[in-house]
Amino acid sequence: MSATEGNAPAHGHGDHHDDHAAHGSLKGYLTGFGLSILLTAIPFWVIMGDVFRSTTTAAVVVLVFGVVQIYVHMIYFLHMNSKAEQGWTMLSMIFTVVLVLITLGGSFWVMFHLNSNMMPMQAPHETMTSPK
Amino acid sequence: MTPAPTSESVLFGKLSLAALPLHEPILVATFAVVALGGVAILGALTYYRVWGYLWREWITSIDHKKIGIMYIILALVMLLRGFSDAIMMRLQQAIAFAGAEGYLPPHHYDQIFTAHGVIMIFFVAMPFITGFMNYLVPLQIGARDVAFPFLNNFSFWMTVGGAVLTMISLFVGEYAATGWLAYPPLSGLASSPGVGVDYYIWSLQVAGVGTLLSGVNLIATIVKMRAPGMTMMRLPVFTWTALCSNILIVASFPVLTAALALLSLDRYLGTAFFTNDFGGSAMMYVNLIWIWGHPEVYILVLPAFGIFSEVVATYCGKRLFGYASMVYATVVITILSYLVWLHHFFTMGSGASVNSFFGITTMIISIPTGAKIFNWLFTMYRGRIRFELPMMWTVAFMLTFVIGGMTGVLLAVPPADFVLHNSLFLVAHFHNVIIGGVLFGLFAGIAYWFPKVTGFKLDVFWGKVSFWCWVVGFYFAFMPLYVLGLMGVTRRMNRFEDPSLQIWFVIAAFGAVLIAFGIGAFLLQLFVSFRKREQLKDLTGDPWNGRTLEWSTSSPPPAYNFAFTPVVHDLDPWWDMKRRGYVRPTEGFIPIHMPKNTGAGVVLAGLSVVCGFGLIWHIWWLAGAAFVTIVVSAIVHTFNYARDFHIPASEVTETENGRTRMLAAGV
Repeated sequence: MSATEGNAPAHGHGDHHDDHAAHGSLKGYLTGFGLSILLTAIPFWVIMGDVFRSTTTAAVVVLVFGVVQIYVHMIYFLHMNSKAEQGWTMLSMIFTVVLVLITLGGSFWVMFHLNSNMMPMQAPHETMTSPK
Repeated sequence: MTPAPTSESVLFGKLSLAALPLHEPILVATFAVVALGGVAILGALTYYRVWGYLWREWITSIDHKKIGIMYIILALVMLLRGFSDAIMMRLQQAIAFAGAEGYLPPHHYDQIFTAHGVIMIFFVAMPFITGFMNYLVPLQIGARDVAFPFLNNFSFWMTVGGAVLTMISLFVGEYAATGWLAYPPLSGLASSPGVGVDYYIWSLQVAGVGTLLSGVNLIATIVKMRAPGMTMMRLPVFTWTALCSNILIVASFPVLTAALALLSLDRYLGTAFFTNDFGGSAMMYVNLIWIWGHPEVYILVLPAFGIFSEVVATYCGKRLFGYASMVYATVVITILSYLVWLHHFFTMGSGASVNSFFGITTMIISIPTGAKIFNWLFTMYRGRIRFELPMMWTVAFMLTFVIGGMTGVLLAVPPADFVLHNSLFLVAHFHNVIIGGVLFGLFAGIAYWFPKVTGFKLDVFWGKVSFWCWVVGFYFAFMPLYVLGLMGVTRRMNRFEDPSLQIWFVIAAFGAVLIAFGIGAFLLQLFVSFRKREQLKDLTGDPWNGRTLEWSTSSPPPAYNFAFTPVVHDLDPWWDMKRRGYVRPTEGFIPIHMPKNTGAGVVLAGLSVVCGFGLIWHIWWLAGAAFVTIVVSAIVHTFNYARDFHIPASEVTETENGRTRMLAAGV
């Protein structure tokens, strides 16, 4: 850190650019906090109250709330927008999302293809469900 | 080697005297040599009373330049270990034919090829590259240090910690016998009950912390600490490649950490992520490890491309041809390197759509790489080429790397890969790109920046001897492996039956001996250059008529790098400054704010080694105590407020006056 300060006078953009945008406000934090509580409570209610008959639907709903939760955290707590840090946070965010999608999507694709070239089993349906 | 102990004591876990490989004459002899050498070095250090100096000026140093040098020293030391493994394997394979068993029993041989791979990638190539980035990036962007100087020292010592754990395994217990990526189920508890895989896991986890943190550090440095006027499109190419390489580190190393963590859960807690039964899938480990493993290849080679770009521009006296295309090629490779990982396991049995997707992305990635080759060639075209050592390495790289790249594209074709998978053809291919690309780049970089780092140039004669031994040795060592691979010989074999193959292994062993001469000549070159340092002295700070900012400083640069932060107006800023008749300021210096040294990094890393050792040997109290101490020490360190100081203006003036005198003497 101190080296940054050492350079700052000559830099002009070392320490004090758009700090105000980067730290957020009490209102922002409270909004984020409220939304997070809400977004956590609803999935709990969905599961504990047996709201959906199908477990698949319940799982999808919980996942969707999880994704929205991530989004809320990024905006209200990590203060992400397209302008902060000259766009670097946004750029790294997009890069991270792309990589996570590649990693997750790719892994699913690859792992579900694992048996493509296997000899047909006698009872493939049974084999598929046996790990239960 | 060590039979799995049946009982564990509370005090020593699995550790007992049986863990010492006293029945292996090769290891006992090695241990004797290492112990004698170690005692001699420690004795000499004590005799010349340099402990205090080492502690104050190096071990606790948070100067990015000293940390960079220490990284490179670590890499060179580990290169010797990794190369000893290599030459032992080549000798074994050259003699173990038609009934002869050679001199390495299979269990020992398996540990050797595992250790060779792990050490060469994690403890030679990585520290080498990180050392270069550490030393050069702040200098190239006109900064005084990296963004987080203490973190830098900590990262370095964590990397050393991983290397130390790996070295301990040589004499206490055993190392993994699984190959350098420790695929399950072989690396699972059922097949590898010993401590070898645990040494592997914990040494990589400890070193991985260092690698990841230094990645974060260098990204922050490049993004936040550029000199005024240095826009992204004016960054030196080496810094660009360093940025992309560190982005790859930060994005991919967590995947390795996670994969190894899951493997350790399988081994320690009996989970079933990668086991053959209970719903586990070993292929998931292979999938995860290559999601890290393929970007890792580019983490190593991108900075090497950066070194070649700097070298070519300097020794041809021209601006790099197609700077923008070089940058875009680097960025494209950064992204594409995440889309090719499955080409490492085409044969696992996925369908045609998966295999052809990854085959095609793999072929596509050779396009930006090819563009780079043309950029270097066009830079040389009509340039005034000076065939100094770095330029020789660069030309050797271009010839060698193109061969490696072509065999790579060949392997990218799934049907061809089904024939060549796990063969010596593959071994030849990746040595071709890692030695021909990364290592040649590092040697070019050493010859190029050595005067900057030490203040004197390297001796040319021994450099040329080393160069020719390395290049010719490489071809002798690895071209026979291509031939053998095409004939269907698989890798990691301890002995062979078919005597007609032997001649190829003998040629390869001869190549390895030539490379040994190359390493020897390199060490001799360092020694001779040190002896002749007055003759080879670089007074100007710019011995090659360089183009980037590091050449505007003295050789070696002062602790604060730049008395005044430079202002950048063009690509190749130092060339631009020289062209416009830049006059070095000789007065008006002000105090410079710098970070202070601290021993916290080496303490934390040392404790991590103890913790890792405890976990490896199931000495739970030791691991727990070490872990608690790590947390406490880290918290205590946060209360250390004496973190910075000012270099007084008088001292800056004195240093700069010294430079003025040196420049006057040089003219």
